[in-house]
Amino acid sequence: MSDLEALRKQVNYDQTFDCVQCGYCLPVCPTYETMKRETHSPRGRINLVKMAGEGKIKIADLKEPIEKCLGCMACTTICPTNVQYGRILEGAKEAIEQHEVKSGFQRKTEQFLFDRVFPSSRWMGTLGNAAWLYQKSGMRKLAQVTYLTSASPLNVSRFEKAVPDQPGPLERSLRKHRVRPDYKLRMTVAFFTGCVMDGVFFDTNQNTMELLRLSGAEVVVPRNQTCCGALHSHAGKSSSAEELAIRNMEAFDLEEIDYIVNNAGGCGAKMTEYPHLFERGTYWHEQAKDFSEKVRDISEVLVELDGLEFTEPVELTITYQPSCHMTHVQRVSEPPLLLLNQVRGLKLRPLKRPDFCCGSAGIYNLVNYDESMKILDVKMDDVKEKRPDAVITTNPGCLIQMRVGIERTGLEKKMEAMHLVDLLMEAGPVPK
Amino acid sequence: MKNWIDELKRVLTPKQVLTELADRHSYSFDASFGEYLPEAVVQVKNKYEVASVLKAANEFHFPVYPRGKGTCLSGGPLPVHGGAVLDLSQWPEQIDVRPEDLTVVVSPSALPANINQAAEEYGLMYAPDPSSAHVATIGGNLAENSGGPRGLKYGVTKDFVLGLEIVTPEGEITRTGGQTIKNVTGFDLTKLIVGSEGTLAVITEATLKLLPKPPAVQTLMVSFKDIRSAGQAVSKTLTSGILPSKMEFMDQACIRAVENFQPSGLPIDAEAILIIELDGHPDAIAAELEVVEKIMMELGASETIVPGNPEEAARIWHARKQVSPAIAQIKPTKVSEDATVPRSKIPEMMERLQAIKEKYKVEIVVFGHAGDGNLHPNILCDKRDQEEMARVESAVEEIFLAAIKLGGTLSGEHGIGTMKAPFMEVELGKVGLDMMKRMKESWDPNNILNPGKIFTEQGQRLVLRNE
Repeated sequence: MSDLEALRKQVNYDQTFDCVQCGYCLPVCPTYETMKRETHSPRGRINLVKMAGEGKIKIADLKEPIEKCLGCMACTTICPTNVQYGRILEGAKEAIEQHEVKSGFQRKTEQFLFDRVFPSSRWMGTLGNAAWLYQKSGMRKLAQVTYLTSASPLNVSRFEKAVPDQPGPLERSLRKHRVRPDYKLRMTVAFFTGCVMDGVFFDTNQNTMELLRLSGAEVVVPRNQTCCGALHSHAGKSSSAEELAIRNMEAFDLEEIDYIVNNAGGCGAKMTEYPHLFERGTYWHEQAKDFSEKVRDISEVLVELDGLEFTEPVELTITYQPSCHMTHVQRVSEPPLLLLNQVRGLKLRPLKRPDFCCGSAGIYNLVNYDESMKILDVKMDDVKEKRPDAVITTNPGCLIQMRVGIERTGLEKKMEAMHLVDLLMEAGPVPK
Repeated sequence: MKNWIDELKRVLTPKQVLTELADRHSYSFDASFGEYLPEAVVQVKNKYEVASVLKAANEFHFPVYPRGKGTCLSGGPLPVHGGAVLDLSQWPEQIDVRPEDLTVVVSPSALPANINQAAEEYGLMYAPDPSSAHVATIGGNLAENSGGPRGLKYGVTKDFVLGLEIVTPEGEITRTGGQTIKNVTGFDLTKLIVGSEGTLAVITEATLKLLPKPPAVQTLMVSFKDIRSAGQAVSKTLTSGILPSKMEFMDQACIRAVENFQPSGLPIDAEAILIIELDGHPDAIAAELEVVEKIMMELGASETIVPGNPEEAARIWHARKQVSPAIAQIKPTKVSEDATVPRSKIPEMMERLQAIKEKYKVEIVVFGHAGDGNLHPNILCDKRDQEEMARVESAVEEIFLAAIKLGGTLSGEHGIGTMKAPFMEVELGKVGLDMMKRMKESWDPNNILNPGKIFTEQGQRLVLRNE
């Protein structure tokens, strides 16, 4: 195979022909809107990948347009010819990753993040614990005042205030790995904890398990589960993503469970796409198909079980910011709204453009901070107009980003961002 | 000698002039065929910037290709001779409805769907409704004189333009027409500019006519066992004293493609269906509906479905919208034509299309705006297959000639651009085409604006293959 042929295979060149360049993706693409040129639109990117496949541009020319894509996949829902943009995008990222000469510092940071932090629940737990220590010891205040953390290269400091108060190490270690409903057992589900959710939003995970339990589900938490691999895939590290997928498939006993439940739109999306990671006809491809068929968002399962009654009215005006990957990849959009409608007292004011990404997009907001903030500002204009007390979302990245958005607009005293699950817990859920 | 790109950066700001390879490639295409790399992309935001770009172009002799959102189906914005693409899509959108005049003043970047929405707030409507109305710019619609389903009753873009502000190819800012419905002062330059595909001027503002929004609409879907009766049903309806707002046609291949792609409850055994929309006062529509249903029965329609509520009607129109994606599943490349014939000739045109399909062994499906004779024969093929594409070229050529022979035209709403240019003389004759060329030469002596469109260059013929 020539170099060009190999590249064509890698970037899914043949699939670029499915794009008829009608431009219907332009109005829904956040980066086209904020970066104001075709180069940063889905149609433009698909064309550039095709040009690279034809040797008309270099892979280096692809780098900026591809890396600035959020991967929110809004274009795939609107696309009239069903172009597999996600495949083309990830292929292009892989090609860039392979051909790129990175600085030693960049490589080390990435290695640390992708090989050590995200796959390791221990690391995430440790991070959570470190964050807890940091918060409890008063170091945070000092760091904030002295801008100590702003020296960090990945803009982590800007997100630090968006991280909730952390539970202590003891609380973490006491989590049960199997819980049963008090009354009738209606199904058995395995809970996929997610690394960011578990590390940073531990309480939300606890609440998720409790809601499932109250609805009549036995919940198991497989110990050997690991990161879903979404961030690796999105960074063009497909072999790491494959490895993580295999470890997860090994960790979950599909025979025992009805569903694999998660509460992070991005993780859920990646796990429904596991079959794409493996070549057709292989053992792991078949396994991945079985696995992905069982993946469900928490909202879907709660709606299906329909086992909760919400006893406490929650007197809040809210707006709902759906996770892009939940809407456009998992294609789950109704269930969260159905649940919100069951809570008495809630006033839901829908956003004008709920499908417009918030700019979080995995680690996009860390590596493309400025672009991410432009997108967030568009989102916040929409949010502000609704004047909600809380923004509800269903993914940890979105949750942190919305908190940053609230703070950026100086509304932290008037508005909060919450995971759907935490809101439902406030509504006094009891078994029906 | 000074470089023209440096000159553009000087008269504008450097960040308005894109010269990176990735950016240039991103403006090398539209929704039709072919890819041509410009040397620069210039993003302008007001008429003065347009004027200074055109002045520079006349001084340095580089071609300028105006572009909206690049949704054109005939190659309008393709920079076939390199030079600069003039991107007008980032111009701030301005939509100023003047309800007491029933007009709206818009910037070239305004989206037709947004214009209509703004008009609706005053109980008015902007009638032209091309299917890309939520993406394309009004500037592009004006340049290409776009149509849409409602063209049947209300006409096309040119019928709604009262006045324009333009920049001439030599960089002078001027106005044509005005604000009034009646206006016979001098030559009608407004109508000349609309549909001139960006070869005569850059449109920087337009004053458009609005109509009262009809208070009600009623859809019906009618199935036929043969195509000829469907064609007759169109003529019979239109001569019965009723003018529907839309009369859309789908052949069996389209119906089946839609049902395979996304089951929408279309009758898969029908040879053809008509989807009709009546609009107006509810009482009038009710009376018209009865007449139309009777006509359809007399012509042997196999089934007439009258949706009972707006949701059911929306489902039918959704199925119609699914045609494009559905047929794209048959084969990846879609050559979409819009040859248009007098309405009485629809059945005959359908027969010719069938013959062409068999002769060249190509996949042709037909749908479109039957009420105004504007059919959309779409050839489905694969542009990577050179042999197939050669047959497609022959088939397209024959479709054009068939339409002209039946008293029709090369293009009902997509425009001439590059692909249809070789056939212009067949339709217009030598003298007709020469008069057009002379106009172009006198408007644009240095051939700056959109060269390579509408008029053929030496030896140019229809080519769909990539070399």
